Amino acid sequence: MKDPIALWLKYIKQAIRSQLQYRASFLMKVFGQLILHALEVVVVLALFDRFGALKGWRLPEVLLFYGIVNISFAVAEGIGRGFDMFSHLVRSGDFDIMLLRPRSTALQVAVSDFQLMRLGRLIQGLAVLIWGMMAVDITWSASRIMIMLFSISGAICLFYGLFVLQATISFWTIESLEVMNMFTYGGVQTTQYPLEIYQKWFRHFFIFIIPLGCVTYFPVVAILGRPDTIFNSPFGLQIFTPLIGLIFLAISLQVWQFGVKHYRSTGS
Amino acid sequence: MRPYWAVFRARCATVFQYRTAALAGFCTQLFWGFILVMIYQAFYRSSNSPQPMSLQQVISYIWLGQALLLVLPWSTDRDVMQMIRDGGVGYELIKPARLYWMWFARFLASKVVPMTMRSIPMFLIAIPFLGLQLPASIPAAAAFVAAMMLGVVLSTSIVVCINILFFWTVSGEGLSQMLIVLTFLFSGTYIPLPLLPDWSQCVVNFLPFRGLIDIPFRLYLGQLHLGKAPGLLLVQCLWIIFFILLGHLLLRSSVKKVVIQGG
Repeated sequence: MKDPIALWLKYIKQAIRSQLQYRASFLMKVFGQLILHALEVVVVLALFDRFGALKGWRLPEVLLFYGIVNISFAVAEGIGRGFDMFSHLVRSGDFDIMLLRPRSTALQVAVSDFQLMRLGRLIQGLAVLIWGMMAVDITWSASRIMIMLFSISGAICLFYGLFVLQATISFWTIESLEVMNMFTYGGVQTTQYPLEIYQKWFRHFFIFIIPLGCVTYFPVVAILGRPDTIFNSPFGLQIFTPLIGLIFLAISLQVWQFGVKHYRSTGS
Repeated sequence: MRPYWAVFRARCATVFQYRTAALAGFCTQLFWGFILVMIYQAFYRSSNSPQPMSLQQVISYIWLGQALLLVLPWSTDRDVMQMIRDGGVGYELIKPARLYWMWFARFLASKVVPMTMRSIPMFLIAIPFLGLQLPASIPAAAAFVAAMMLGVVLSTSIVVCINILFFWTVSGEGLSQMLIVLTFLFSGTYIPLPLLPDWSQCVVNFLPFRGLIDIPFRLYLGQLHLGKAPGLLLVQCLWIIFFILLGHLLLRSSVKKVVIQGG
């Protein structure tokens, strides 16, 4: 167990080192990302400025969702970017080399592309979350913060699982991967707002099929002490829903193993 | 004119090959549109104060946006970037045609074909099933078509500028990213422009980016008075001229300095 983690850290260190070689370009990219995502917050602010509230939810409460989802996505994308770009590894045949090495393929793919640049999204997510936490009308007890951290970890696992699944699809086809963006980027967009504002089929999709709602909506409802208007679930259940993210990731990795077994090189 | 026409046609044929990509993109945009529509529905139900646009208009604006998303100038051409990186651009420079207009024709084609492939099915589905209104009137439809064509040309002229910026590799990447960021907010992609705060409207109305999709969409919906159409089209034309001149200027100063390596 110790060995893969040490190896992972080593890979990450190398990647950071190489990316910091072009410092000006790096800073500009991080800054650009930061502005790009700051504009997304501007949209949320503009909408609340116009409409005042969203079905009884006020701005600071929605900012909590926004922060949690964006932090989780940024972390998952940062450490799982290799899976996002996996179709290139298949197309170029570089994956064959990885199969020859006596280490787990998932690990090697994960570190094949580590983007420090994602710091932009992470920073803005953190900023928005802290803003939301300070503005919202509750006191932050240790248990509330625990639930929040649990929710973030669950969401990271879930997004990571989505990237792994996306990569697994490219064992069979390198086309139409764009469809997965519906669940990753679409998921981020959706869960930036409380899940209860959506129509029933859509809510259920993000609870039962891509359980992003489970890892964000229910824990936040528990933190705020608001009633869950979707299922009326009890508090005791709400605080454990982020576990589903972990289960999702475990299943995704199983599917990945299955994909690796059925992999046929493109040759050349 | 003929070489540019040939570049345009060849590029059209290439881009047309990517039909599966178009289908995948169509599904993604459909999904995305659903999310946005539901968010705006929820917001409109939460407030009784009068808004600059009705919910119906916002929904139509969203579906128009999904149909014509590809008009926006954020697609950089990988082949051109590659050309600049590996020196292939040298071959482009010796060709007996003006580089600027060759690239212009190329980018125009890469916009027009995918845009048409994606927008037609979206219109066919969104008008009967998803609440996309028909144009406010026949003159409004005509104004929409005219403004949309100018929007495509404006977008192309911006894309050419962005790609020329790649001659300055490091700072160019940062700058072009900035341009892309600005278009996101100020074109109406993220949020229909009338819904931005009232105090920001004068800035928004001045910037060139509303000429990409916002002006055409609002003419379509009748949200902008038809009497204003000639003036708005003129503004679009002025910005097109501005970006074409800027592109020429950038290209001239970059080509002067360009050093082609390898052989």
